[in-house]
Amino acid sequence: MTIAHPTDLEPGLQPQGWLKYFSFSLDHKVIGLQYLVCGFVFYLIGGALAGVIRTELASPMADFVSRDTYNEVLTLHGTIMIFLWIVPVVNGAFGNYLIPFYVGARDMAFPRLNAVAFWLIPPAGILLISSYFLAGAASQSGWTAYPPLSLTTPAAGQIVWILSVLLLGGSSIFGGINFIATVLKLRRPGLKLMQLPMFCWAMLGTSILVVLSTPVLAGTLILLSFDIIAHTGFFNPQLGGNVVVYQHLFWFYSHPAVYIMVLPAFGLVSEILPVHARKPLFGYSTMVYSIMAIVVLGLIVWAHHMFTSGTPPWMRLFFTIATSFIAVPTGIKFFNWLATLWGGKIALNSAVLFSCAFIFNFVFGGITGVALAQVPFDIHVHDTYFVVGHFHYIVYGGSVFVIFASLYHWYPKFTGRLLNEDLGRLHFVLTFIGFNLCFAPQHWLGLNGMPRRVAEYDPAFTIWNQVSSVGALLMAISTIPLLLNVVLTALRGQPAGDNPWNALTPEWITSSPPPVENWIGEAPLVTEPYGYGVEPGTLELNRLRGQDLWASGKS
Amino acid sequence: MAVPTALITLLVGMVLTLAGLWVGHNVNLLPVDASTNAPVYDALFEVLFSIGTVLFLGITGLLIYSLVRFRRRPGDSGDGLAIEGNLQLEIVWTAIPAVVVLFVGIYSYDIYERMGGMASFHDHAAMPAMAEQVSFDTSETDATSAERIWGGIGQAGASAPALPVEVTAMQFAFIFHYPEAGITAGELHVPLGQQVQLRMEAKDVIHAFWVPQFRLKQDVIPGQPTLLTFTATKVGSYPIVCAELCGPYHGGMRSTVVVHEPEAFADWMRSNAPPTLAAAPGSPIA
Amino acid sequence: MDTSLRSISDADDAAALQQEQAASHEEHGDHRLFGLTTFLVADGMTFAGFFAAYLTFKAVNPLPPGSTYELELVLPTINTVLLLVSSFTFHRAGSQCRAGQMASSRLWLLLTTALGAAFLAGQMVEYFTLPFGLRDNLFASTFYALTGFHGLHVTLGVICILIVWWQARSGGRITPSQHFGLEAAELYWHFVDGIWVVLYGILYLL
Repeated sequence: MTIAHPTDLEPGLQPQGWLKYFSFSLDHKVIGLQYLVCGFVFYLIGGALAGVIRTELASPMADFVSRDTYNEVLTLHGTIMIFLWIVPVVNGAFGNYLIPFYVGARDMAFPRLNAVAFWLIPPAGILLISSYFLAGAASQSGWTAYPPLSLTTPAAGQIVWILSVLLLGGSSIFGGINFIATVLKLRRPGLKLMQLPMFCWAMLGTSILVVLSTPVLAGTLILLSFDIIAHTGFFNPQLGGNVVVYQHLFWFYSHPAVYIMVLPAFGLVSEILPVHARKPLFGYSTMVYSIMAIVVLGLIVWAHHMFTSGTPPWMRLFFTIATSFIAVPTGIKFFNWLATLWGGKIALNSAVLFSCAFIFNFVFGGITGVALAQVPFDIHVHDTYFVVGHFHYIVYGGSVFVIFASLYHWYPKFTGRLLNEDLGRLHFVLTFIGFNLCFAPQHWLGLNGMPRRVAEYDPAFTIWNQVSSVGALLMAISTIPLLLNVVLTALRGQPAGDNPWNALTPEWITSSPPPVENWIGEAPLVTEPYGYGVEPGTLELNRLRGQDLWASGKS
Repeated sequence: MAVPTALITLLVGMVLTLAGLWVGHNVNLLPVDASTNAPVYDALFEVLFSIGTVLFLGITGLLIYSLVRFRRRPGDSGDGLAIEGNLQLEIVWTAIPAVVVLFVGIYSYDIYERMGGMASFHDHAAMPAMAEQVSFDTSETDATSAERIWGGIGQAGASAPALPVEVTAMQFAFIFHYPEAGITAGELHVPLGQQVQLRMEAKDVIHAFWVPQFRLKQDVIPGQPTLLTFTATKVGSYPIVCAELCGPYHGGMRSTVVVHEPEAFADWMRSNAPPTLAAAPGSPIA
Repeated sequence: MDTSLRSISDADDAAALQQEQAASHEEHGDHRLFGLTTFLVADGMTFAGFFAAYLTFKAVNPLPPGSTYELELVLPTINTVLLLVSSFTFHRAGSQCRAGQMASSRLWLLLTTALGAAFLAGQMVEYFTLPFGLRDNLFASTFYALTGFHGLHVTLGVICILIVWWQARSGGRITPSQHFGLEAAELYWHFVDGIWVVLYGILYLL
């Protein structure tokens, strides 16, 4: 066995140009973009499913699709968005593209494993979606697949769902192994851990969560499939099993899963804001400790998803307190980002707009999250549209907004062209308004009696459901300027040059797009990735007036 | 003379707190409260809402202020201030959220206790074992497991014994059985002001029993009985909503809880009681 | 001959590129064992999930009277000894290889394979002589799921050892100086052994 190296392959056998994106490339940059485009395709599919949901919910009766179909749609929507869009894109796309640059390496630690991890995704996704067309229907038990419901709905669809999620979980684990090895072992000589760009710490923390928690989901789904195929009774009360144990095992992964979706986004924002504010990232060390605190706490809070499930009171109390405490390291990060902006020279471009909207949205989602962490509060709103509103503020208002911000920020590096700012701002306005219009009313709906995962509801809730559906329509429309921008820019966009943002991190100290080996010559040693800013009191000659010099007392 | 930052921060903080308190007190986002539990819940909600408003307005304000005040002017290619950290500030904004979060946690523990959340599940009086209602083919037939309560909200405070009602949830309906009176109904009828204890179990998949106006919810689980205790405080009819995905008709799985004045409730019990056999003179009565 | 991919920008100087590649090949450390260790942590967590499920079921889901089983300890204990010895023999194979004694190393590898196969045979005998089947009750199902999942790992391990034995023949790619395959398989085997010890403790002794 030899160590894989992207330049080991014979020329002529390796596709050139755009064809290489359809090949088993070992280049982390190609793989990163494969993840990005593949993920975005699944985003569109998941979004179409969301369109079905919101169309159904525009009227209080179940009159758009059959109720079975509706349950299939909501199951596929959640599963696709989580496992085929957000997790692969924030980890696989941006992680794979950027981490080797940040540690000063030519590629990830295990390029072949990297390619395998990516190539598990399209077949798993196709398998999942094909289950919709199978006789007997796709899985209908939600992305959470709680037994006994998942044992009584059509078995073939549920098994396909399980297989697909197992493949996707495996892909995620392979990625996690790669990131841990790359960040810890492949750093360029002279580069210390505490000199790494914050995104590396975010990916390290995320990958630790991936490696520790995803396998538990795998084991759980294997047991669930035994129940379906072999008629064992792990989670079947009629055969002596315990459904709450499934929930514990499921959420042991699925709670860290939300951090797996959001921590890389935190890292990306930490890279974007300093560049455009022309200021160092505020509080580097506390940012690192916060990430590690979130990783540790994230592993011990899972049962806050089970406050009404029949857990003992002492357990509910423990999880309330542990969950509440996650707000502290998370809050620190948000204050640090605000402090990064304060006193800067902020360019109000699309990347910044999406990043700031992320702060706005995620703070809102975080506040409802702290509320949900309190047992008595949750007892009323668990499994209602309040929760749906909450988590969409986190995963969409959070992770997806950051994905968009990152797209505007790094597209010039990926392609050598700058995305059009007018289309970008249009995309931003439509997305921001549409998103808030769609998900803000859902909090009120949940507080007032609308449960989740329903195709029909009390007619008193009609007006706010319709407002929400209009918001969803706006979100759908917002995709148009984005797609137009991406395609038109690729064809004839404005050239970006090596470093259009005058940034300091290593990926900008090379051409756009970068060469195969990332840099011509040695990898640059960047010990201060956030070395922006002038000392307070420094006079800016190009903005001085005469009286400033007099007033400052400096001669 | 430039206003000291500390003073500005203090003033802004005061305005925000007042705004938060006002919003929490005056903006009503919840449905009518109809159980002893609901005002307790609403008090917690008001606190959370106020704190949330303060935080949200504060951070949004800071964000918008920064974007306006510190935006890059055209032609300016210089950098901002090279501030990499400020230990005192970081300590302050770690300590304050930690204290707030701790306070919220302790306060909500108090609320939870007042709701009956910490009450034991087994101090209820006359609650017959549900063994006869468990009709599926389980090998768990011994008495201890049939009476075991797996979770829920017990009876808070030792007052009069609660009215026991057995709730069975199935795809896609709730059935209510009054063991003492032998009544079985499709709606839940309860008297005003008296504690009611629901002993719940599902027949097929997980369901959940939720009355928004009572602010109470509990999963109803096959093979694992759960408990929900409450006291209704307002006469009227309120929806019972199933709040756990249980199949295609999950959205239509609802019932009603009707809260009666005590005399009206007694009437209802009488008129719905199963007919008793009239004893013929001289014949033995079972 | 060193070849290279041309990047889109095509601004490379070909000679500089070739020089660069020659240099970069040396900078690459071998982190594959680290990667494997991380993978084994993940694999261990799968078992941890199963153990947690088993222990929770044991604590909160009582079995009907008459369906708890006194497990025979003889065969599993023998199996445990077999696995522990096989870890030792594998380690021996490794040190012999590093010492340049390839023939001896191959012998120890075969011995390890035999012990692993004996373990699997013992498992089969146990399965066929147990008084309960997969579906009988929760304990039975969990027992078979746990031991079966572990047995699968042992089977994969045995196959890996055979592959390593084949690669350790003269002219094969496993040599006294380059023997990643052997080290990797050995690490995996020790992991499988360790899991068995935990499993034995939880299932048979507890």
